[in-house]
Amino acid sequence: MTVQRVSYTLDSSLDSVNKAEEEATKVATRAGFDEDETGRISMAVREAMVNAVLHGNHYDPNKRVSISFEMTGNELVITVQDQGAGLDVDNVADPLAPENLLKQSGRGIFLIRAFMDEVRFRKLEPGTEITLIKRVHAAASDHKEASQ
Amino acid sequence: MTMKASTRQVDGITIVDLSGRITLGEGSVVLRDTIRDVVGQGHKKILLNLGDVTYIDSSGIGELVSGFTSVRNQGGELKLLNLTKKVHDLLQITKLYTVFDIKDDEASAIAAFK
Repeated sequence: MTVQRVSYTLDSSLDSVNKAEEEATKVATRAGFDEDETGRISMAVREAMVNAVLHGNHYDPNKRVSISFEMTGNELVITVQDQGAGLDVDNVADPLAPENLLKQSGRGIFLIRAFMDEVRFRKLEPGTEITLIKRVHAAASDHKEASQ
Repeated sequence: MTMKASTRQVDGITIVDLSGRITLGEGSVVLRDTIRDVVGQGHKKILLNLGDVTYIDSSGIGELVSGFTSVRNQGGELKLLNLTKKVHDLLQITKLYTVFDIKDDEASAIAAFK
């Protein structure tokens, strides 16, 4: 089984969000995901990076965000780590609740969960790690093998 | 591609043609400033044409919601026109598809304001 892993340490900036999103598009395409799935993965990565850069590190120039992409078998595993105060994921409000529907923010984690197969959170000292997992479905795997 | 916004008047309706990406940072700010300027000029019937919007993130969705509520709170109306499939799907999974009045063609959108 081949394991391919690439990781980056980035500034807490919007440029880093855009770079991570572009890298996610490249990695997901290479992994055999179709255009729609690649778009969903890229958006999940963008939202995770926005959480890390904005809500975690508060654009602090002294804090970094780490992101890694790992292809293991049929799984694409992406982790994003920040150095912020930590996210209390159990207390994130449901953006679909009627009282939250017209709120300006609070949809990022919901979208990440909607677009990925599995999402895990881990507290760091300091910071938060979010792990995003997407499995290549059979059709995509076949397509990838056929094109090799 | 960053976002561009241009406005035009048709039958008393302000149509804002948007193109590019509405994301955290420049895109969201352009949208916010455009809606604020249009409302500031006294125009309260606003149609956002999203036909050339290629991408919206959660920040962009938040900006659409914020624009919708601020126009409504000032006695106006904000409707959406020409959603791409991606934007349509996003509004559907966030349950905002039923909040916004969404139209597929400009003529019926303009008529819906009257």
